[in-house]
Amino acid sequence: MAYTGFHMYSRSLRQSPPPPPQPPLTPTKMNMFQSVTSALDNTLASDPTAVIFGEDVAFGGVFRCTVGLRDKYGKDRVFNTPLCEQGIVGFGIGAAVAGATAIAEIQFADYIYPAFDQIVNEAAKYRYRSGNLFDCGSLTIRAPWGCVGHGSLYHSQSPEAFFAHCPGIKVVIPRSPVQAKGLLLACIADQNPCIFFEPKILYRAAVEQVPVEPYTLPLSQAEVLQEGSDVTVVAWGTQIHVMREVADMAQEKLGVSCELIDLQTILPWDVETICKSVVKTGRLLISHEAPITGGFAAEISSSVQEQCFLNLEAPISRVCGYDTPFPHIFEPFYIPDKWKCFDAIKKMINY
Amino acid sequence: MKNMLTTISNALCRITGRNVLLIDLSEYVNVTSLATPTLAQTLRQPPKPPPVGPRAPAAAQLVSAQTDRLDGPGTSVVVSRSFADFTSQATFDIKKCDVHRLEEAPPLKAELTRDQGLQYYRVMQTVRRMELKADQLYKQKIIRGFCHLYDGQEACAVGIEAAINPSDHLITAYRAHGYTYTRGIAVKEILAELTGRKGGVAKGKGGSMHMYAPHFYGGNGIVGAQVPLGAGIALACQYQGNNQVCVSLYGDGAANQGQLFEAFNMAALWKLPCVFVCENNKYGMGTSVERASASTDYYKRGDYIPGIRVDGMDVLCVREATRFAADHCRSGKGPIIMELQTYRYHGHSMSDPGVSYRTRDEIQEVRSKSDPITMLKERMLSNNMASVEEFKEIDVAIRKEVEEAAQFATSDPEPPLEELCNHLFSNDLPLEVRGTNPWVQLKSVS
Repeated sequence: MAYTGFHMYSRSLRQSPPPPPQPPLTPTKMNMFQSVTSALDNTLASDPTAVIFGEDVAFGGVFRCTVGLRDKYGKDRVFNTPLCEQGIVGFGIGAAVAGATAIAEIQFADYIYPAFDQIVNEAAKYRYRSGNLFDCGSLTIRAPWGCVGHGSLYHSQSPEAFFAHCPGIKVVIPRSPVQAKGLLLACIADQNPCIFFEPKILYRAAVEQVPVEPYTLPLSQAEVLQEGSDVTVVAWGTQIHVMREVADMAQEKLGVSCELIDLQTILPWDVETICKSVVKTGRLLISHEAPITGGFAAEISSSVQEQCFLNLEAPISRVCGYDTPFPHIFEPFYIPDKWKCFDAIKKMINY
Repeated sequence: MKNMLTTISNALCRITGRNVLLIDLSEYVNVTSLATPTLAQTLRQPPKPPPVGPRAPAAAQLVSAQTDRLDGPGTSVVVSRSFADFTSQATFDIKKCDVHRLEEAPPLKAELTRDQGLQYYRVMQTVRRMELKADQLYKQKIIRGFCHLYDGQEACAVGIEAAINPSDHLITAYRAHGYTYTRGIAVKEILAELTGRKGGVAKGKGGSMHMYAPHFYGGNGIVGAQVPLGAGIALACQYQGNNQVCVSLYGDGAANQGQLFEAFNMAALWKLPCVFVCENNKYGMGTSVERASASTDYYKRGDYIPGIRVDGMDVLCVREATRFAADHCRSGKGPIIMELQTYRYHGHSMSDPGVSYRTRDEIQEVRSKSDPITMLKERMLSNNMASVEEFKEIDVAIRKEVEEAAQFATSDPEPPLEELCNHLFSNDLPLEVRGTNPWVQLKSVS
């Protein structure tokens, strides 16, 4: 039984010995795209095999994530590909198998589907099917993700649920610049193919003091942002900021104390932290922008009820997007905004 | 010629005491043009032409025979020159098209009648004004989201439409506003779709990239995805035996997508009546063709599929080549690729200034030397096929139409919230769609 699970993931990180004591870090004010640029800069500096490629990355990228890197590291390390997502990922897998640290950029997460076959059938299964002889662990795919206010059908999608169904890859979504840099460096270092979704609405909007030096944050570890005793609230990416507001509203208007958890890694996800929290509070609300049917909240909900059935005080609540394509004009009604989430908390409390 | 007619008519008016003559003076005068209309009315020329209504034909309007009203000071008389003044048809030399795997090429001469010329001018100018109006509305934030403008490439849309029938099929990518218009949708519906109102083509639910019309399949956001669809439509035409073709358009950026080559293979294998058109505007978003493609001879990229390279800034060249290509497909010889070499003045979309990867001089040069509308206008004027005033009248009428359309697009209400879930599936009874909470169920009708 356990044998089938061998060689799906490599558990070792590239830097195998424990890191030496860190010198003091220099934090600089950066927004999310600058923190991504900083992470890529660190990678290209420390790893001579690292290459960055994708559509329009050479001049800096449509979201400015790769500004200045080509001038600094050369055009053989930061280069454009033609318009072919399947080709980009396939090429990235090949480069990674041969030993390069390949960082592929897909211009929008909505365009990742031509590459779906390569990711799911090739990248995810490489190590497993070759019995650990070969792997494409040094592949990282980055893509802007999530709603942005005016993206409509093809510039707003959140496809994490499609990839969550695929053992062999890791799916990571940061919520802020500090998280973005740390998690991206962790993905690049990780010996498994990773998909890193960057919430595009936060590229400029989120600004934090981010260390210039490289640092990593642990993958597959959810972070408890706010301790609480009444309701566990789980979200990721942009939705965390919405839920923070909801938690404040719940405290103020209902006297409800929410425990806010950022899942960070969608696959493999941190079941323990969520379950421990639900055991404490007894109620769970999960929220994401993607459509509700088959969205990742369904997986969390199912696993939590399996483990914490007797601790639940109310049915697990999911506040997600509607089961429609991401709309053009109806976006403000479609997204799970703070009022819908607040309403869900109210219903759970009064169950 | 005109002076002589005017002189004679003025003289006859004075003699007869009537202000309007009801006989055709052209019989008395030698005219060199070929076509004479059934009845020409030579009218007294007022000093300034009054504005013409939006639906007025460009040619002279016949004024009613009630002459009393013409005497009044506030009378409006439409300027007219008799049909006999203009050349009604002319032949123009057009650029030779490079061919790939073809014995013949499209003709080197194109015939243009006056009516056709004015029609092409009108359509191209409408597309141009509509796109500029969309640009304006976008900058005012009335249009949001993504907006890819077509100005500079009008000759492609108009030339293709002139060569195919309305029963033929067309599918393109996201730079679709021009094609939506040429395939029959009114300007106001296009602008209302851009602003997301219920009067829009797709009820406001699609936006810029998703506009559709009878036999026009959009309007597709994912680059290159429309080409296999086009091959499929061509298969349907072949299967139904209706002698129709499908024109599948894509850009120079999409020319590197794998699915295109899959579509080429299927189309060639089964001899589908599909005209694949590559609108090569030299830049795939910000990447010039040399930096994106190993081979920039896009008309040869089909390898075993014959290809033609066409000057896409000349509407006559596009028309002749499309006619040639459509005939090729209709005769059962299989697919054909047409590369239209064209240019877009705006950037890739409204968020792209368009000058970071090309110089303003380049844009200016194309605008001054190869602008499709100017080229057609100059051709017609230098061959005496129309007058400057006529073009001005058309421009004024189009401006008014676009202005009214923008008014409609700004004032029309947005689609009601019930529309959010409609048309997800085809279903008989209203389907229940889950909303953001388990207790929210929305109705979806189809």
